[in-house]
Amino acid sequence: MSSKVGIIGVGMTKFGELWDRRYRDLIVDAGVDAIKDAGIEGNQIGGMYVGSMSPGLFAEQEHVSALVADYSGLAGIPATRVEAACASGGVALREAYLAVKSGEMDIVVAGGVEKMTDVPTGSAAVALMGAGDQEWEAFKGATFPSLYALMARRHMVEYGTTIEQISQVAVKSHDNASLNENAHYGFKVTLEQVMNSSMVADPLRILHCSGITDGAATVILASEEKAKELVDDPVWIKASALATDTIALHDRKSLSKTEATVLAARKAYKDAEIKPEDVDFAEVHDAFSIAEILAIEALDFCDFGEGGKLTQQGETALKGRIPINPSGGLKGKGHPVGATGIAQAIEAVLQIRGKAGDRQVKGAETGLIHNVGGSGATCVIHILSMEK
Amino acid sequence: MTKGLATHWRLMPQRYNLIGTHCKNCKSKFFPQRKICPKCRRTGSIEEFKFSGKGEIYSYTTVCAPPQGFEYQAPYVLAIVKMKEGPFITAQIVDCKPEEIEIGKKVETVFRKVIADGSSGIIRYGYKFKLRD
Ligand SMILES: [Zn+2]
Repeated sequence: MSSKVGIIGVGMTKFGELWDRRYRDLIVDAGVDAIKDAGIEGNQIGGMYVGSMSPGLFAEQEHVSALVADYSGLAGIPATRVEAACASGGVALREAYLAVKSGEMDIVVAGGVEKMTDVPTGSAAVALMGAGDQEWEAFKGATFPSLYALMARRHMVEYGTTIEQISQVAVKSHDNASLNENAHYGFKVTLEQVMNSSMVADPLRILHCSGITDGAATVILASEEKAKELVDDPVWIKASALATDTIALHDRKSLSKTEATVLAARKAYKDAEIKPEDVDFAEVHDAFSIAEILAIEALDFCDFGEGGKLTQQGETALKGRIPINPSGGLKGKGHPVGATGIAQAIEAVLQIRGKAGDRQVKGAETGLIHNVGGSGATCVIHILSMEK
Repeated sequence: MTKGLATHWRLMPQRYNLIGTHCKNCKSKFFPQRKICPKCRRTGSIEEFKFSGKGEIYSYTTVCAPPQGFEYQAPYVLAIVKMKEGPFITAQIVDCKPEEIEIGKKVETVFRKVIADGSSGIIRYGYKFKLRD
């Protein structure tokens, strides 16, 4: 068993509508960058985990584990695809972490990829709705924005959260994305623009929703011994936690508290031996703006019901008390679903290395990344830190 | 979304008549049906249970950007309804204006067409809710 697991290399494509690149191009490009960043050779890699939600529906391609290993020039190594809807990347990272932690492998690749723009938007929505309950939600006309709208409504009623507060999440995400050259939506938006954008599912409007994006991201994990040998600045994974909840939103204990995040966060803080106030920044799953408010409350950065206020007061902005989504988040950076969890890890590594450029969080030593599948049925959290 | 007939046919008792299940051990009621009681975390005492179809609105939204197959219905109200017997379900609220919807309002099921597979495909029916007078 390896006592510690470190991230020794990172690489990602730009996120966007990447018409000139295929599914396999995206993940291979990201992988090559990560291998270069780690300064290793392909033959040192012991295994691979690829997070991808729905290559079958988005790209008519399954069996992507072998495909990616093959086109990475690594046919022969053990390769595994991981699927947990929008949390596929984060769960792939966890599987890679466990493979190293167990002692089975020394150097492992964790990648994530989705090629979403090769199908019409309606077909993409069908693929995404597979993350919910097909029989008892989709059959009734539910869409993902509408499920999050049902949560937003309860949060507003129970806590007095306002649409201005929810909209401020999107404004902040775009502010940060404008400082990220890899972001799909790297432009600023005003509160008025968000609040006047077209209605998708009341009270959520189009600028409260993440878009349809292509992209891939890859990180290289290594055992403590290998990490120290290979690089000067490994970023250590201090905790990895995964929790589940009911697949359908209506079966949850609460619509305004995300139980899987509460459970995963509790384990992550315990394993990392830190408290929420020790976290310097976090990348959270803001697929919809209300989701960021739900996340920061469940992660205990504030009390339940206070997430809207915390956002409105600027405490989650780059220079605030607890910067959330310095990368621009899913809203600003883009959300190629399988890639998202790995891209969150990359942002955390760049921040901790002090290499995040104009969006660098001051004193970023410990970061938390939070990746959610569906309307909250899967939550995977990792805590990353420069110190062991 | 053209699915095989059997996908709907086998759910007809649940979708047409609100037949859920009931755990005799802990008295919990479930809709849709469960084979293992999530509360007791075991099988052995599950039996069918017919729900009354009465409940109240717990949360709601108006869907303006509908999924495939629901285009002709939009905008429509989608809600999570708390049923009188306990469980919550997702369904459309029909025969009213979105402005009339409020959390806590009493509703009851109506049997309606839910979705059709194009102009010549099969029509699938099921429950929706309407406001109770
Ligand atoms: Zn029971």
